[in-house]
Amino acid sequence: MSELVHPYHRFIRPTVTHSSFCPGCGDGTIAQSILRAIDGLSMDMDDFVFVSGIGCAAWIPSPLFNADVLHTTHGRPIAFAFGIKMGLPNKKVMVVSGDGDLVAIGGNHLIQNARRNIEMVVICSNNGIYGMTGGQAAPTTPMGVKTTTTPYGTFENFFEDISGLVVAAGASFVARWTTAHPRQLTASIKKAIQKKGFAFIEVISQCPIQFGRKMGVGNAVQMLEDYKNRSISIQEAKKLSKEELKGRIVVGELVDLDKPEMVEEVTRMRKKAMGGAEAAVDTGRG
Amino acid sequence: MSEKRIRTGRYFMMGNVACAEGALAAGCEFVAGYPITPATEIANQLAEKLPQVGGGFFQMEDEISSIAAVIGASWAGKKVMTVTSGPGISLMLENIGFAIGVETPCVIVNVQRGAPTTGMPTIGIQGDMVQAKHGSHGDYEIIALCPSSPQEMFDHTVIAFNYAEKYRTPVFILSDAFVGHMREEVVIPEAEKIETVYRKIPELGTDPLKLKGFLDENVAPMPIFGKGFKAHVTSSCHDEYGKRNLIDISALDKFVRKLSEKILKHKEEITLVERDYEGAEIVLVSYGGVARAAAAAAATAREKGIPVGTLRLITVWPFPGEEIEKMARKAKHVIVLENNLGQVYPYIKAEAAHFSEVSFLPPKLVGEIQDPEDILKKIEEVSK
Repeated sequence: MSELVHPYHRFIRPTVTHSSFCPGCGDGTIAQSILRAIDGLSMDMDDFVFVSGIGCAAWIPSPLFNADVLHTTHGRPIAFAFGIKMGLPNKKVMVVSGDGDLVAIGGNHLIQNARRNIEMVVICSNNGIYGMTGGQAAPTTPMGVKTTTTPYGTFENFFEDISGLVVAAGASFVARWTTAHPRQLTASIKKAIQKKGFAFIEVISQCPIQFGRKMGVGNAVQMLEDYKNRSISIQEAKKLSKEELKGRIVVGELVDLDKPEMVEEVTRMRKKAMGGAEAAVDTGRG
Repeated sequence: MSEKRIRTGRYFMMGNVACAEGALAAGCEFVAGYPITPATEIANQLAEKLPQVGGGFFQMEDEISSIAAVIGASWAGKKVMTVTSGPGISLMLENIGFAIGVETPCVIVNVQRGAPTTGMPTIGIQGDMVQAKHGSHGDYEIIALCPSSPQEMFDHTVIAFNYAEKYRTPVFILSDAFVGHMREEVVIPEAEKIETVYRKIPELGTDPLKLKGFLDENVAPMPIFGKGFKAHVTSSCHDEYGKRNLIDISALDKFVRKLSEKILKHKEEITLVERDYEGAEIVLVSYGGVARAAAAAAATAREKGIPVGTLRLITVWPFPGEEIEKMARKAKHVIVLENNLGQVYPYIKAEAAHFSEVSFLPPKLVGEIQDPEDILKKIEEVSK
């Protein structure tokens, strides 16, 4: 009998024997959506360099993806990715990390590189909690929620719209989906990979262990049902008032713009520095 | 190599500019940094020159992202550097540990300035000497060079790149505002007289599953990105294949030891000192700009018939303990001179005190290099 092999097994690092995700985690859906997008574009893993920070979502590319992967310090993957993209402008650079990593400790790198509009894909798994360290409040944890560091409920205003933040900072492509929208998510990742510019995708993702169970919002299936019920497309959302949108998750592609991209601008700048000559790279290595 | 990279000739040049020229000569391709006094001239110079050779200087949002971008570009196969001063190093420390942990060649220039916190930006103090060695968390070894002149800002920058590439490690240049802003004659040699090194990389086409890219005390070839090596590069504890291991303490032991052994095994070939203590009873030990005052005081003392010598540490890290011992065995009294309150002094004392008397002479005013007159007074005091 022939062995059944998952169609995307070929994208997984051969030394990986198991995933580190808890049962019901949304990161599996995100991982598969990324791989589906790469496969859908008929691209190879060697066309990519993946970069991640610290946290559960960072363990999607590291070690799962069979490609060049840099697993970095907490909050800094986009800053590392900047150097990689400048060094390898012909490769696709994709950052995969969580909301704590990208929006809390690493928030400045997120908005500064959205402003630069440097070509890279940033996928943010937003579960609204610090999962890996045991369920601490994040800047994305809704107000009033009891977590291990807020036993009386969170008392800070929270980031309700991190995609909106990235739009305001100047990214040329921004989309938000939930793990209940794997097909739409895959389609947006495909667009993001092809985008000449900073492409950010926020994925509202369930953490049934540290969030769902403790917050009493249920298991993975119940959380996905909840995402489905609360989601509203950006087109529909435009027709509703702010009050009517309270508690809803606005999903879809928020922006898709053409604007100056940094790697191209650097090439232009180099040409100017060389007095208009075609860039003749002198590495100093003969 | 083009004339744009190596501007062979004799110049009257600022130390910081000489550092930038050294980086170009060494083959630097990517520099990221954040403006800070007294290091800014290096960035300014490279922002103009690097694009002319197809490279670039990139101004980041802070020093954390500067070192991160530099490490990323190094993994993309580039020769890289960042330039800053103490406050910038304080921000970089976590990622400097990252560079050590995943064995990333990079040059870190610290043009040191006065005091903790914001301090006095235009005054040179050798205040970050131990920070370079111990600032990031965990056990590690580092390489640090201490230039004492604009010429050495050029020479040491070339050496720093070669060490970084050869040993796959961050290398510090611990200059200071005095040496960085000093203007003196700088000779840039002809291209063929400048030795440059590029890291070993695995043979193209090597099976990624058989590729040992980490934790070899003889320096593993670097599986840089974009070559099909499918490198898994993680700052988590990993084995020689790059595979993460967070459960086995023997893996941790190997991870910690191998990183340090890689430097310590090559300590003899890394270590650079200047010895001038033949027949001396009193030896002045110093590094960086202070060594100039030490040499002047020693010359005057010898004219007066006092047998005084000098030992200058060019590489302060890895700490050249053997050199200190060798010197101390011959000396009766060792005087340590630093432009700080005694940072490397305890290390020197630990090696020397078994064989000779050891004392420390701080500058009269912190931030002022020791006056040769004051050093002479101290020499006369101990020679009585």
